[in-house]
Amino acid sequence: MKPISKVYTALIMIFLFAPIAILLMFSFNGTKSLSVFSGFSLHWYQELFRDEETLGAVKNTLILAVSASLISTVMGTAAAVGMDKLKRRYLRAAMDVVTNIPMINPDIITGISLMLMFVFVGRFFGAATSLNFGTMLIAHITFCLPYVILQVLPKIQQMDRSLPEAAMDLGCTPLRAFFKVEVPEIFPGIITGLIMAFTLSLDDFVISYFTTGNGFQTLPIRIYNMTKKTVTPKMYALATIIFFVILILLLLSNVFDANTAQTIKEAREKKKAKSKEV
Amino acid sequence: MKNNKPNRGLALMQRLALAPYSVWSVLFIVVPLLFIAYYAFTDSAFHFTTDNITRFFTATSEVADGDGVKLVRTYLVIFWRSLRLAVISTLICLVLGYPFAYLISRAKPKTQGILITLIMIPMWMNFLIRTYAWMTILQDTGILNGLLGLVHLGRVHIIGTESAVVIGMVYDYFPYMILPIYSVMTKMDVRLIEAAHDLGCSGAGVLRRVIWPLSLPGVISGITMVLIPSISTFYISQKLGNGKFYLIGDAIESQYVANNLHFAAAIAFILMVILLISMAFMQRAANKRASV
Amino acid sequence: MKKILCMILALAMLIACMCTLTSCSKKNSVTLNVYNWGEYISDGSEGTLDTIAAFKTWYKQTYNQDITVHYTTFQSNEDMYAKLSSGAVSYDVIIPSDYMIARMKNEGMLLPLNFDNIPNYQYINDSFRNLYYDPDNQYSVPYTYGVVGVIYDANVVDEADAGDWDLMWNEKYAGNILQFNNSRDAFATAQYKLGLDVNSTDHASWDAALAELKAQAPLVKSYVMDEIYNMMESGEAAIGAYYAGDYFTMLDNQADSVDLQFYYPERTNYFVDAMCIPSCCQNKDLAEIFINYMLSEEPAIANAEYIYYASPNSLVYESEEYQEELGEEAMEILYPGIENFSELYNEYAYRNLDADTLAYITTLWESLKIS
Repeated sequence: MKPISKVYTALIMIFLFAPIAILLMFSFNGTKSLSVFSGFSLHWYQELFRDEETLGAVKNTLILAVSASLISTVMGTAAAVGMDKLKRRYLRAAMDVVTNIPMINPDIITGISLMLMFVFVGRFFGAATSLNFGTMLIAHITFCLPYVILQVLPKIQQMDRSLPEAAMDLGCTPLRAFFKVEVPEIFPGIITGLIMAFTLSLDDFVISYFTTGNGFQTLPIRIYNMTKKTVTPKMYALATIIFFVILILLLLSNVFDANTAQTIKEAREKKKAKSKEV
Repeated sequence: MKNNKPNRGLALMQRLALAPYSVWSVLFIVVPLLFIAYYAFTDSAFHFTTDNITRFFTATSEVADGDGVKLVRTYLVIFWRSLRLAVISTLICLVLGYPFAYLISRAKPKTQGILITLIMIPMWMNFLIRTYAWMTILQDTGILNGLLGLVHLGRVHIIGTESAVVIGMVYDYFPYMILPIYSVMTKMDVRLIEAAHDLGCSGAGVLRRVIWPLSLPGVISGITMVLIPSISTFYISQKLGNGKFYLIGDAIESQYVANNLHFAAAIAFILMVILLISMAFMQRAANKRASV
Repeated sequence: MKKILCMILALAMLIACMCTLTSCSKKNSVTLNVYNWGEYISDGSEGTLDTIAAFKTWYKQTYNQDITVHYTTFQSNEDMYAKLSSGAVSYDVIIPSDYMIARMKNEGMLLPLNFDNIPNYQYINDSFRNLYYDPDNQYSVPYTYGVVGVIYDANVVDEADAGDWDLMWNEKYAGNILQFNNSRDAFATAQYKLGLDVNSTDHASWDAALAELKAQAPLVKSYVMDEIYNMMESGEAAIGAYYAGDYFTMLDNQADSVDLQFYYPERTNYFVDAMCIPSCCQNKDLAEIFINYMLSEEPAIANAEYIYYASPNSLVYESEEYQEELGEEAMEILYPGIENFSELYNEYAYRNLDADTLAYITTLWESLKIS
């Protein structure tokens, strides 16, 4: 990279990581202060592990995020495939609009509207409570889907159409062609979509607040409650732990991505070689 | 002779693929929207009324104007303020993010992976905590001023100003701008750029005529993903703006809390319509450009 | 590699499904749902008592049954009301503030309590019975009470300027003043300052209060709710109004350069938060057992020490251990004069306002915020 690129990259990285560095540092703060560092201490981590409510919230959030991101990625990828091939203009436009809506709506409105609907349905069936893990899951999947589609669809559109056709000409069933040829091509899009969905679900506060029932508290809601009184570095300790877990996960997925890129490259080479032969 | 069977099978498969999402989107995207429209166009007794909508456009407040007072349209002012801040943040994200996305896409694959990973990390940190961290940096008794004090550069007052809110929004949504642009740029055919160079195009020319048009879908994507949440944010303005900037998200929230669900729905409905129309325009502009 | 990934994904989904199923089956055991303010119960941090855990243990010992307690928090009375009135959730015990109790009672959203199940009610001081929001003492059991006062940094503020609401309007301290970021509380500070009735339905009265707030706006550093803790403790701001108990929380955490003091202005807000049972309750007996438990000595003292708010429970304020823990100064501030509490309370507490006035206030608040 040219030196100016390196400098620019460095500056951006400083900007992105300054707050994170701060909260990493202050999670080890000896006192309760958030702006004055005085002495190293693991006190807040101890407090964190004694805090059952927070640990429960972490578990809940993970379950929700994993479920929501997986389901929305599968559904979203399928949708993107279908949407790409929509011939009729008005159907295509309608799908585009509908997909964009959860992104356009402010979180608070998506949350309220879903809550209203769930309550209405719940009352209709005579249930005592209408909100629970299921309703939260539905809400999370709903707002994750557009982001998945937004990541996968461009990849499909940019893909070389002749590849799956070539595969089918060579005797693949459409399904096989899809999984063996298209999926590897759009895989970076799928993975990015999955990770985005996971992140969104993990971090969502407003929509979760409106669609949660008793007892299922997610981490953002728990953190929001923690900030209601004096904010202590305990919150930062939690963030630090999350940071290191994420770092490890992303490093692992990075390794995986590198392998995928390699596999895609090899597959491309093979296809090119094959089509040359024909 | 091409066998038509795989094509038909393909078409069927594609239609089936779209089915779950179609059903889902109708149930959980369209229907709740109908609820909003229903609430927006009814009053508390659930009779049809357009009062809520007209209130958005006609409600006025008195604000100080020099020595006297003047009347302004309350919600239009609030909306304009939110839009302005959102547009500024989006532009900054674009200006900073576009070259950065390009840099990454031209780097070695391994470097690319590392850089993308690094960018995504702030996204994973809880958004409330990130905002709090910025508060401790930007406060008058915060870390930035502490550092400036160490080198005797005097204090800056950033917290509670629009700059703080913009910084907060740019920080939160920056990765969302970079990722789509990068995603598109990696699929860009390098040979086109090389060809343009070979044909005598200057650097700026290549950018304008080759790179920019090709990257446009990613740019549109990025703008969408930053502009929309920026308009409706409310937490950032409360924490970093010291509660002084009342944005459209705040307005909706306070109407909901005051149990004026119908008016809150009306604000949301109008906001949605405005955003949909602008998105449609942007898409059109992008398509026109792409076909040139 | 792909196969491994697929297996991991499948495993993850399986775990997710299993967890949902197990949480479904938990519904068969006895459950209690509690809805309270955030950070409003002793939760076991920093060596304090974990009230909910203690309740579960106590219940197991007394009734030989396991119970699950779902403890959820809300940010404001209005949020709680919105959730409950929509029928979206069901709680067994809620702890709202006075004016909200009055509203919910009038709308039939509360159940009358069976005080046979709450013998510890006897320890509640007489001053806290028969208050306006529950004149027959049928629907609520007081949990905490408090008074709003002004907190200031003695290192920045002159002693002479302090004493009444006008400190918050003093131009000498421009840019150092904090104001409530919610309409009711902010207007109240202006209304108390002007000697107006905080429950007035007269638009002109609210207009006058708005004028005061607009005059104050250029001097205000920030409109705060929970941000006030951090800002006062670090010295970011020097003057703010908040509840007495929160003053002590801030005092505990103040930076070295900050010296926080507190006083009550002559006319100020009195409030009571009380435990009630909403009509959507699914286990009334259990709810009443819980309320009774919260009134018993150990949990009541632990909660009062944790929250730092005053307790209407004589087991608490008469306890020597509690008095020692808080210290003389704190006791004086938190428990100023319990005898004329009812009088002052009935004069200055918030009452529920009608829809028209509330809508008007929201409009005025917005006009303040956009100027």
